[in-house]
Amino acid sequence: MAVMSYLEAIRETLRQEMRRDSRIIIYGEDVGVRGGVFRVTEGLQKEFGEERVIDSPLAEAAIVGTAIGAAVNGLRPIPEIQFADFIFPAMNQIIQEAARIRYRSNGAFGVPMVIRAPFGGGVHGALYHSQSVEAFFAHVPGLKVVIPSTPYDAKGLLAAAIEDEDPVLYFEHKAAYRSLKGEVPEERYLIPIGKADLKRTGKDLSIITYGLTVTYALKAAETLEQEGISVEVLDLRTIRPLDVEMILDTAKKTGKVLIVHEDNLTGGVGGEVSALIAEHALFYLDAPIRRLAGPDVPAMPYSPPLEHAFMVTTDKITEAARDLAKF
Amino acid sequence: MASINLTPELLKEMYYYMALSRALDDRMWILNRQGRAPVVYSANGHEAAQVGSVMALNRGEDWIVPYYRDLAMVLAYGETPREVMLHLLGRADDPNSGGRQMPAHWGLKRRHIFTTGSVVATQDVHATGLALASKILKDGRVAMASFGEGSTSQGEFHEALNFAAVHKLPVIFLNENNGYAISVPARKQMAIMDVAARAQGYGMPGVIVDGNDPVKVYEVTAEAVERARRGEGPTLIEAKTYRFVPHSSDDDDRAYRSREEVAEWKKRDPVITFEKRLLDEKIMTPDELKAMQQRIKDEVNDATDFAEKAPLPDPSTLGRYVYAE
Repeated sequence: MAVMSYLEAIRETLRQEMRRDSRIIIYGEDVGVRGGVFRVTEGLQKEFGEERVIDSPLAEAAIVGTAIGAAVNGLRPIPEIQFADFIFPAMNQIIQEAARIRYRSNGAFGVPMVIRAPFGGGVHGALYHSQSVEAFFAHVPGLKVVIPSTPYDAKGLLAAAIEDEDPVLYFEHKAAYRSLKGEVPEERYLIPIGKADLKRTGKDLSIITYGLTVTYALKAAETLEQEGISVEVLDLRTIRPLDVEMILDTAKKTGKVLIVHEDNLTGGVGGEVSALIAEHALFYLDAPIRRLAGPDVPAMPYSPPLEHAFMVTTDKITEAARDLAKF
Repeated sequence: MASINLTPELLKEMYYYMALSRALDDRMWILNRQGRAPVVYSANGHEAAQVGSVMALNRGEDWIVPYYRDLAMVLAYGETPREVMLHLLGRADDPNSGGRQMPAHWGLKRRHIFTTGSVVATQDVHATGLALASKILKDGRVAMASFGEGSTSQGEFHEALNFAAVHKLPVIFLNENNGYAISVPARKQMAIMDVAARAQGYGMPGVIVDGNDPVKVYEVTAEAVERARRGEGPTLIEAKTYRFVPHSSDDDDRAYRSREEVAEWKKRDPVITFEKRLLDEKIMTPDELKAMQQRIKDEVNDATDFAEKAPLPDPSTLGRYVYAE
C-alpha cells in the first residue's frame, strides 16, 4: 500500500475515476494547465485533454450553474471552487437550484455532481482564504456535505461522491493537503456517504469532530490516555446527512461529549449535534455537552498571533477534554 | 412568408399553438378570478416569439430552458393542455413538479424541457451547461434558454453568454423583450436600447427580431440553430414584443403603463395578425380556422375538467425526492 498525502490521494482518485468513467469532467479556474493553485488537478489535463479538464472563466455562478446543466445532460461534472470563501457567488445555484432540482421536478431530474473546494485556516490566508463554510450547506436538504479527515477517507469518500446521484459538496482542508499522510490502497473502494467513523474507542468521554481537527483530537486523546482519561473520537465524515445513530451511540456510551470544529461556534454543526444528543440521549449524559469551535468573529485574521488565536489546536482540545472529564 | 422549411402544415401548426396558448391563458385568468387557481402568469402577447422560436428546434430532442412566461413555448414543445392545467391547479399528476412549484415553473423531462426556478437568469447558465455536455458528448443537441429583458441585468446572464462564447457552445439565448420587468421599464433596466447589443461584447451575433411575427422569429432562430449545430457557437436573439396583461394575476399594470400604450400594441396582437395572414394568403380556409378554433375550445374545456377532477397530492409524499430514491 502506498503512503500518500491527503492531496495526492484526492488527485489519484480523480485520475482513477476519470479513467473508469468517461462522463467525468473537471472544470474551474486554473484547474487545467496550472493543475489548480494547490496542484490537486496537476497532470490531469495532460492525460484527459482540454475537453475533460477545462480552464473555465472566473465566474463561480457559471461554474456551478453550467455543471448543473452538464449533469442533467449526461455528464458527471466535478467543478472546483478555488477557495471555499469564493463559493458565495454560486450560493443561489447550489442552494436554490442544485439542491432543489430533484424535489421541484418531483424526481424527474437529478444533479449528480461533486463540487470540490479547499477550505479552512492556519495557512496565513486571512479573511478570504481561510473560512469554514460547511454550516451554510449543512442546513440545506438536497445537498450532501462531505469532509474527509485522512488520505484513506479522502479517496473512498470522493469515489462515493462521484458515484452519488445527488449534488455533493466535498470540502478539503487546505492545511491537510500536505501535512496529512497515510496509507491508501491502489484499488478502488467506496466509503458510504452519511456514515461516521469511530477513529478511536474510549470509555470516559467522546470527542465528535470532522476534517482536520480529527487529527488534533486523536493527538489530544493520546495525551489524555497517559493521564488516565480514555477518549473516544468520532469522525463525522459527512455533516449532511449526519450519522445520528453513531452520534447517539457514542454519547450514550461515555456520557460526556465534546464537539469540535474550526467553523464558527454559533449555528455551526456542533449546535445540531448537540441538539440531537439533548433530544435523544439526555438521560445518558453525565455532564453538559461542550463545544469547542472557531470564535464568533467574521473571519480568520492574517497576523500570526491573531490567526493562532482563532484556530482550534491540539492543546485547546486537550484542555477542553480534560476539563470536561473532571465534571 | 415563403420560408424554405415553413410548409403550410407547419404554419397552421404554429397558429394552432399560439391560439391554444391564448385560449388556455384566458381560461386560467377566469379560474383565477373564480378563486379556483391561486395565481396565473401569462404568455398573453408573447405567443409569436415563443412558438416561432421552438418550431426551429428539433422539438423534444433539443433542450429548452424556459422561464415563467413560456406557456405557448412549452405547448408547442409537446406539453399537453391537460398537463398545463394539472400544473396550474397543483394536482398530484402535474408532470412539471408534482404540485410542488407555483404555476408556470415548467419542466417536462420526456420533452427535454428543463425544470425552472423563480430567480431569473439562473436558466441561462443551465442551458449553457446542457450545451457544454452536448458538445462533449457530440449528441447533436442544441439548448435554448429564454428570458425577459429584466433578467439581463443579472450576473448569470452575462456569465452564461461569456462562458458559452468562449467555449463555442451550441446554445441560443432568446430574450423576449416586452419592455417591462413587472413595473420597471427597460430604460431603467439598461442604459442601451437593445438587449441584442450585448452580444458583441461577448463575441457572438446579436439579432433583433419582431417578436410579434412568428415567421420572422422562426427564421432567425433557424439560423441560430444551424450556426450552433455547425459548431460556431451561441447566438443572442432579442424578440421585441409586449404583454397585454399584468405581470401576474396579483399585479395591476394600470399603475405603471397607460391604457393607450396597451391599446396601441394590441393592434399588433400576434394571434390576430397571424390568423389574418393565414386567411389572406389562403393557407387556411375560414372553415378550417373555425374547426381548429372549436378543437381548441374543446381541448381547453377537457383540460380544465380533467385537472379539476384529478387528485391532489397525498401529504405523505411531502418528504419524497429530496435525494435519489
